[in-house]
Parts: sequence; structure tokens; C-alpha cells
Amino acid sequence: MNDDPLIRLTDVNFAYDQRPILTGINLVIPRGKVVAIMGLSGCGKTTTLRLIGGQIRPSSGRVEVDGQVVHELDSDGLYELRRRMGMLFQFGALFTDMSVYDNIAFQMREHTDLPEELIHDMVMMKLHAVGLRGAAGLMPSELSGGMARRVALARAIALDPMLIMYDEPFAGLDPISLSIVGELIRKLNDALGTSSIVVTHDVQESLKIVDYIYFVSAGKIVAEGTAEEIKHSTEPYVHQFVWGEPDGPVNFHYPAPRPYGEEMLAGPGKKQVWW
Amino acid sequence: MVNALRRILEALGRRVTGRIWRLGFAARFLFATLLHSGTALKRFHLTIREIYFTGVLSLIIILVSGLFVGMVLGLQGYDTLQRYGSTEALGILVALSLVRELGPVVSALLFASRAGSAITAEIGLMKATEQLSAMEMMAVDPIARVVAPRFWAGVISMPLLAALFSAMGIFGGYLVGVQLIGVDEGSFWSQMQASVDFREDIINGVIKSFVFGVIVSWIAVFEGYDSEPTAEGVSGATTRTVVTSSLAILFADFILTAFMFRG
Repeated sequence: MNDDPLIRLTDVNFAYDQRPILTGINLVIPRGKVVAIMGLSGCGKTTTLRLIGGQIRPSSGRVEVDGQVVHELDSDGLYELRRRMGMLFQFGALFTDMSVYDNIAFQMREHTDLPEELIHDMVMMKLHAVGLRGAAGLMPSELSGGMARRVALARAIALDPMLIMYDEPFAGLDPISLSIVGELIRKLNDALGTSSIVVTHDVQESLKIVDYIYFVSAGKIVAEGTAEEIKHSTEPYVHQFVWGEPDGPVNFHYPAPRPYGEEMLAGPGKKQVWW
Repeated sequence: MVNALRRILEALGRRVTGRIWRLGFAARFLFATLLHSGTALKRFHLTIREIYFTGVLSLIIILVSGLFVGMVLGLQGYDTLQRYGSTEALGILVALSLVRELGPVVSALLFASRAGSAITAEIGLMKATEQLSAMEMMAVDPIARVVAPRFWAGVISMPLLAALFSAMGIFGGYLVGVQLIGVDEGSFWSQMQASVDFREDIINGVIKSFVFGVIVSWIAVFEGYDSEPTAEGVSGATTRTVVTSSLAILFADFILTAFMFRG
């Protein structure tokens, strides 16, 4: 897709306690694009983000970010790399003991020696970009879900990162906040010239804003393509997912050890003891 | 039968090795905390802020408890001493009991339940709400930024709180003994001054409270950091902090007293 991509995952496997989470993942994130990783809950999407951020190491394979192999970096190198990444956590993960202003100033104060006046201007610019300059003095507990997500977004872009990772940015948002956050992801990506990865299962919102989509199912990439290609995909899994159909390759029933009828006839079996 | 026995032994073995593993983790965690204490000490305002939350906000419970413990010591001490006709020694009894034993131990127990539990719950919730992960992703080490300042705040606060506890207790003993019962004020203070040794009694008390401060703060930050990121996980960790540190305080108190004891 691109000669010098920002991120390249090659044959990545990851297992947790010998339970495979990701198998044979090959994925490329080009510079300057918004790429979505979609799939059902628990299919390994967030794990992919954590691999890219270096919070976990792959069992095998290569994770490269900006030419560096993430899992071969020492902790200084990793921290150096993370300074150029921003991440939006699923529920914002704002520091609850700090005001909105201090949350956004946090990284600037930790990583730079900039004077407070300059930090003030930078914080206000970031807050203005997400439309919450007026909320600078509030505490995270005083924010609505959508506002908290926007503050977290402002915090993720605090140091103008080369890569922004979004973990379920749309989860639990009302329709208005949802489209505001969606638009912000696109706008900020283009205005800051960064690249973005959006991990989500919100199909309709993401199809509007992303350039390219990877579909993950049970730890494997099962489909990929641009938004148009995905919309018109005939792949049964993608079709079921995009159109939210109850029937398809994804089962409603969690696998059970024996058939329904047999289970009902067998009764509870061994007598259950309440304690 | 044999199988059942084997299962019981296996379960016992698992529990024991599990505990030992955890102790090992806790020791490594303490080592990492000490290693990453540079930020907490260099940017001391981070630690000062935590001293406010752990130390200053514990003042009320420490001062009030100290006062009452001292008052009870005054009553009980007078009751015993008068049988031997030596009520003027009440000052010594109150002061020595507090400075050597009750001050460090009771204030450490109160500190564990007031501040230790709060530290565990705070760190545990920060973990559960991904604030620690977020910090890591911002290239800020949570052990240096969150754990170490809280640890040092506890270590610094504890001896100061124990000293205030003892001072309040002595004042409580004075109120009851001298003002209420009428023990001679001159002998109350002068005998106390003459008998309480700075090195033997006061310094040993301070050493105890310092050790208790390390124990409580260590357990509190470790339990918080190691807690399961769920509601039950955090509540369990908070309970464990209070129970484990109370037991550890009493155990360490016995060991320290045995070492300091000169027969």
C-alpha cells in the first residue's frame, strides 16, 4: 500500500497463557491516513494496539513503528517512542484528581521544561480544537461522557504525536457526541498531519471517516479494504458485521459441550451444593 | 481417599507457593519503588501533596485517639499506682507507655486504616480506570509518578503522626491525672523528665514508627498496584491492606521490642 509505512506488523502472533489471541497478523498503517481495525468485542483489536504501543510483546513476528522494532527497544527507547504516540482509552482514562487543564498540561509538564505561560497557550489551543476551552477549569467528574472523550482526545494530541491510537472512541456515546468525535478524529488527523488507528465496532460511524479498514475475527485478519470496498463486500463475515445481521458466520450461541436436547434430558447431573 | 488427601495437599501447596510468589513480587516492587524514587524526591512538591492527603488529613483521628488513649492511661495508671502509694509516678507511666509502645503502634494501626486503605483504593481505582496504563502510554512511569510519592509520604508522615499521638496522649494523661484526680503537677512533670531517656525511649519509639511507616506504605502501594482491576478486586485489596499491615505492625513491634529490650 505504501513504501515507507508508519507501522508494519509482520506475521505477528500473540498468546496469553498459551491461549492464542492473535495469529499471523499482517497489517500496514500508511503515514497520514486514518485506518480502522474492526471486529467483535474480544477478537484481539485492543491487543493489537497494545502491541503497537509496546505494552505487550508478540510471541513471534515483528512490530515496527517508524522504522523501529517496538519489542526490541529497551525501556528508555520505548518511552522515547511513546512520546511520539497519543492514545485515547476506551473510557477516556482522564486523571480524576486533576482538572481538565492539568490533564492536558500533564505531558507537557512531564516531558518539557516549557514555561507555564507557553503551556497555558498550548493547552488552550488543544482545548479549543475539541471545542472545550470553556471547560478548562472543570474536574473530570463534572464532564459528560462525550465531553470526557473530547478532553481525552485533546490530551492525546497534547505533544503533537506522529500517531494517535483510539481504543473504542465511540463506545457509549450519544449520537451527537458520536458524530462530533468522529469528525474530530478525521479533522485532527489531517490538520496535525499525523496517522490514526481507530479500533472500533461502530461500523456506520467509522465508514464515514476512515481511509482503510482491517477486519479482525478470532485473532485473524479476515478482510481489508477501503470504506467503499467494505460496504460492498460479499465476504459473509463482513456482510453480517456491516449490516448487523443476526444470522451469518458469527453464531448467536456460545459453543456448548453437548446439544440442547441432550442437556435438558440429562438434568443437573451431580447434585449441586450451594456452598 | 488417597486422591482426596493428595488434592488437599496440592491445594495447600498451591496456596503456600502462591503466597511466597506474591511476597517475592512485593519485594521486587519495593525495590523498583526505591529505584524510581528520584522523581518523588527531586520534584518534592509531588510528595508534599501526598503528605497532605496521607498525613495532614489523618491528623484528626490521630490527635483525638491520642487524647483519649492518654486519658484512659491516666485513669488506669492512677488506679494501679495508688495501690502502691506511688501515684506521683503517673507521669512516667503515661509517658513511657506512649513513647515506647502505644504511640508508634496505635498510630500505625490508625494510619493503616485511615491512610493505607485510601492509598490502596486510589491506586487500585487508577489501575481499574486505565489511568496507570494511560500514564505508561504517555511515557511517564507510574511507579515513579504515582507510587513513589505516596510511599515516601507515608514513610515521612508516620513518625510525625506517632510523635503527635504521644504528645496528645501525655496531655490527656495530664488532664485526667493532674487536673481531674489531683496528682501533684510538679512530680508528674519532673519525674517524667527525669525518667524518660532520649536515646533509649524516644529514639527507639521513632525507629519503630519509621519501620511501621515503611511497612504500611509498602503494603498499601503494593496492594493497590497489584489489585484486580474490578470493583471486587479493589475492595479486596483495600481489606488486605488493613489486615496485612495491622498484623505486620504487631509482628514487627514484637521483633523490634525484643531487640531493643535490655533486661
